[in-house]
Amino acid sequence: MIDGFLALYIFMLAAFCGYEIIARVPVILHTPLMSGSNFIHGIVLVGAMIALGRAQTPFEMAIGFLGVLLGAGNAAGGYVVTERMLEMFKSSKPATGKESK
Amino acid sequence: MSWLPTVIKACYFIAALLFILGLKRMSSPRTARGGIVWAGYGMLLAVLATFFLPDMHNRGLIIAAVLIGVSAAWWSGKRVAMTAMPQMVALYNGMGGGAAAAIGAVELIGHVRHLALLQAGAATLAPLTPVELALGVLGALIGAVSFSGSLIAFAKLQGWLDRRFVFPAQRAVNLLLLAAAVLVGIALASGYASVPLIALFFALALLFGLMMTLPIGGADMPVVISLYNAFTGLAVALEGFVLGNEAMIIAGTVVGAAGTLLTQLMAKAMNRSIGNVLFGSFGAAAGEAQTIDGAQKPIDASDAAVMMAYAERVVIVPGYGMAVAQAQHKVWEFAQLLIKRGVKVKFAIHPVAGRMPGHMNVLLAEAGVPYDLIADMDEINPEFPATDVALVIGANDVVNPLARTDPASPIYGMPILDVSNAKHVIVVKRGKGTGFAGIENALFYADNARMLYGDGQAAAGQLVNELKTLDD
Repeated sequence: MIDGFLALYIFMLAAFCGYEIIARVPVILHTPLMSGSNFIHGIVLVGAMIALGRAQTPFEMAIGFLGVLLGAGNAAGGYVVTERMLEMFKSSKPATGKESK
Repeated sequence: MSWLPTVIKACYFIAALLFILGLKRMSSPRTARGGIVWAGYGMLLAVLATFFLPDMHNRGLIIAAVLIGVSAAWWSGKRVAMTAMPQMVALYNGMGGGAAAAIGAVELIGHVRHLALLQAGAATLAPLTPVELALGVLGALIGAVSFSGSLIAFAKLQGWLDRRFVFPAQRAVNLLLLAAAVLVGIALASGYASVPLIALFFALALLFGLMMTLPIGGADMPVVISLYNAFTGLAVALEGFVLGNEAMIIAGTVVGAAGTLLTQLMAKAMNRSIGNVLFGSFGAAAGEAQTIDGAQKPIDASDAAVMMAYAERVVIVPGYGMAVAQAQHKVWEFAQLLIKRGVKVKFAIHPVAGRMPGHMNVLLAEAGVPYDLIADMDEINPEFPATDVALVIGANDVVNPLARTDPASPIYGMPILDVSNAKHVIVVKRGKGTGFAGIENALFYADNARMLYGDGQAAAGQLVNELKTLDD
């Protein structure tokens, strides 16, 4: 466990960070962004791996295995659908085109 | 090997940095593609580093589970149609929530086993502190609710569950379920942990997620999915505290905050408060709705095509109906023909067109429409008076003037695209019925509106053919 107050500071700053990043996003990117943030919480896979790595009884191992399975699905699925969506966004003007909003 | 933990921590740090930078890049269409790739490298790095953590057992099992999970999700994600994207996001999000709940379960069960060992004097390590326990229990509760709730949202959007499930005193029952889950959770965190109690806790939490989502109608699902996305982020952050994993805390919190804001933006665009989505029921508006005078005036495809071919400015307003009919390719072909004739064409998109905000942009992008031809509501509304023809295809509630004029209408106050200000409006519509929300649309009866009846795909095809014969 990280020192309690340090954790609280991390929590506060990360929350502001997430809020600020999204605040200026054009509507056209909301769906890919929801999907992208869905991918980012796929980091739960790391936690599930640690939990399974610590599991000792078969029961704990079974639940941990399920956790890793689900976490891997979250990460991989989130990545694939987000990437597919974003790949399609093109401008009618080639690279020099003005930034759209 | 004392340098190994430092290297792993550094990897987590870089991963967290890549997530934040990636999310930042995803906020502009030009850099968005790179953003997800950066975040992807971050994830890869974090997962690889985790393999090398000291005291990890069951490495074979971990590798097997990762391989199975990744390949199943990769396979399904590559195949899903763009129209089905919202439910896929719901499904993957539910998986994340389930994983967070599973972490909580393993930690709790391990805690019970560890306490028994301590009592027998067979262990020396300190057990989880009450704060860690409380955070772990809270994360497990939120994760489990997000898991079962997201699965219901998936089933609803997939069309497997089309009826709303409502019974008397539903809110009271749901509140009782939540209260029971919280009470059992408090008991778990305050030293009464036992395996049967842990099982009861998860049963209650899963059931609550189920019951909370069942009564919510399909039209409100985007808000719900976005909310569960934020939930999962928070659950991941909380489990991150318990495991002492900074990458999880940061990534989870960023998603939790971003997801909360995204949920608010969506609810606002639909003129609904989050509380109203979760606890209210749509369509139960009070008062008598305005009756609409007049008749719907039909137009045939050749007249409609001629009208647009000789217009100066045409705005196309696509809705989910267009996507269902898979008409976006034909519509873009039609728009290209108009552009070739010198007509200024724009696509106008309402924030909640499609099944999620921005969903319609994805569908148009899939058809090859460049994003700079796509305008959002605030940008296009002042331009409608100077527009010759507004072509509404598959959209209904988002262009309904009743949202501005009829306080008794359930959509009253919802911001709309003011297509009725255009000189002419052509509405492509399957039949004379009401839309997804079952609300009559005053636009269809307006003097400047003409109805082109037919399936979106067929109608767009006719328009393309008519334009081509004009050119010959």
